[in-house]
Amino acid sequence: MAHAVETAGLYDCRDAWVKTMMALAEVDDRIVTVVNDSIGSSKLGAFQARFPDRTINVGIAEQCMVGVGAGLANGGRIPFVSAASCFLTGRALEQVKADVAYADFNVKLIGQSSGIAYAELGPTHHSIEDFAWLRPLTNLTVICPADAWETAEAVTWAAAHEGPVYIRLSRMPVPLLDIPNRVFRPGKAETVREGQDVAILACGTTVHLAAAAADLLKAVGIAARVLNFSTINPLDEAAIDAAAETGAIVTVEEAGIRGGLGGAVAEYTASNRPVPVERVGFPGFLPTGSLEYLFKEHGLTAEGIAAAARRSMMRAAR
Amino acid sequence: MTNDPIPNIKAKALWMRRRSFQMVYEAQLGHPGGDFSATDILATLYFGVLNFDPAQPNWPERDRFIMSKGHASGSLYTVLSAAGYFPEDWLSTYMGNKSRLNGHPNRNYLPGVETNTGPLGHGMPVAVGIAIAGQITGATYRTFVLTGDGELQEGSNWEAASVAGHRKLNHLTLIVDRNRLQQGAGTEETNTLDPLDDRFRAFGFEVFMVDGHDHAALLAVLSAPPGEKPRAVIANTTKGKGVSFMEHQAKWHHGVPNAAQFAQAMEELV
Ligand SMILES: Cc1ncc(C[n+]2csc(CCOP(=O)(O)OP(=O)(O)O)c2C)c(N)n1
Ligand SMILES: [Mg+2]
Repeated sequence: MAHAVETAGLYDCRDAWVKTMMALAEVDDRIVTVVNDSIGSSKLGAFQARFPDRTINVGIAEQCMVGVGAGLANGGRIPFVSAASCFLTGRALEQVKADVAYADFNVKLIGQSSGIAYAELGPTHHSIEDFAWLRPLTNLTVICPADAWETAEAVTWAAAHEGPVYIRLSRMPVPLLDIPNRVFRPGKAETVREGQDVAILACGTTVHLAAAAADLLKAVGIAARVLNFSTINPLDEAAIDAAAETGAIVTVEEAGIRGGLGGAVAEYTASNRPVPVERVGFPGFLPTGSLEYLFKEHGLTAEGIAAAARRSMMRAAR
Repeated sequence: MTNDPIPNIKAKALWMRRRSFQMVYEAQLGHPGGDFSATDILATLYFGVLNFDPAQPNWPERDRFIMSKGHASGSLYTVLSAAGYFPEDWLSTYMGNKSRLNGHPNRNYLPGVETNTGPLGHGMPVAVGIAIAGQITGATYRTFVLTGDGELQEGSNWEAASVAGHRKLNHLTLIVDRNRLQQGAGTEETNTLDPLDDRFRAFGFEVFMVDGHDHAALLAVLSAPPGEKPRAVIANTTKGKGVSFMEHQAKWHHGVPNAAQFAQAMEELV
């Protein structure tokens, strides 16, 4: 199998998001978008031109935006509320909790430019706490697609699914994962590399880096399993049980290591199946810097993930 | 008047536009349209109105300035540097790795920054808190806060305005950078703000309308002694002010110049 990282082009997942939205909205007139002066950053210019009445720009007012989404769902629409994920999840957190999740409205929350896409703009514009904030909202499905294909699948699934969904997108170009005969299964981890020595659980923009790490490890005789853990809530507990069988786990995410995918896996394994878990991600508020710099500083590279895998295996051997 | 501050304000504003645009050009990042609409307001405040001592950034009696529209950090950083808070060469690190000059201002990185901003609609509540602290301790300092106009779509501003009106925070002045553009479009086509003056009057403010690029007019209204109520100064401005191809253009909200555009801007900013 060719390595995705080496052979494929890079894709901005927002293009897949908007292409899918255009197609869905063409056949289902209940679909509307709700935005906060974020038409451009959500790449919704063409959608607005085609469906002006179904593009609701509330202005710079995120709390209102999410509440309006709940109201639109009450009115029988299928709202896709799309905004920079830092403001969608941080500013409007109580609306997400109370009006969307607790009230159980059929609202789709689309977090754009998540993680540290706005690197140099700093921690106010980073969205690395969103998993920790949203994961405890039990009926809110949380999905972080790994590539353009999975983005299109997740958006299509969300439109058909009755219930609240958060889809976390990035603007960082990523390759298509090279997995034959893919089927999108929400709530289920997807195998990217087979292996029994250590299991690397990754999501979003970091999955292809985890695959590259597995390739580095393979060259030195370590068989690393790589799982695309795109659904963070509900958690695929069976996949974690199986991962724990390898004896060593690594989690990787473009997010904070407290409370995110790593937090979820550590929580689950500590209670059910104790095993070393090395969490790769961000420790807290980040300094000023470019995305490349901040990824490298925090081990979000093939080399960094491979090193974390060795650390996890060493802890297991102790 | 023996010591007319206007020539200095004018010179500082010109330098700020040139220097902040250079920062944006070198970083290939930033919000130059909003930098330029705010430049004359900031230059007038720091070189004609505010009582401060850059050697003592935490002096308790200092006047406070809160840059609520934190995305226009190029204008804030240049004015703070010109005011003596930090060396000019720090400006060259704008948004670089580990720089103190983050894309949005951080009070823990730079002296003179009163609070962290970036998410819109945060400056007003913090400014109201500063003003209440002054009110209950009988301090004489004044608090100025600059918001964008699109920013006023955030409800938090109106919650804070209501508190300010209710408590008659007469040492508080809100300045609105009324350039009539937000990120993607005009404010009035997105979510109507007018009549902004009547809105603030209804919230208990004394309201002034001023040309936000007229230093003398800004100086007069901003340095007038406190009255009975909080003040709202609606400064009518031009987004991208000073560079012909940037004025009134939404795309220069966060547009960055190429070499030819930078050169042309430097020719125009004289
Ligand atoms: C809470 C929040 N939502 C969205 C943004 C993204 N954003 C940055 S600047 C901006 C437009 C601001 O317009 P305005 O307040 O009019 O500022 P100015 O025209 O002076 O640049 C937007 C939407 C943000 N920084 N914070
Ligand atoms: Mg504006």
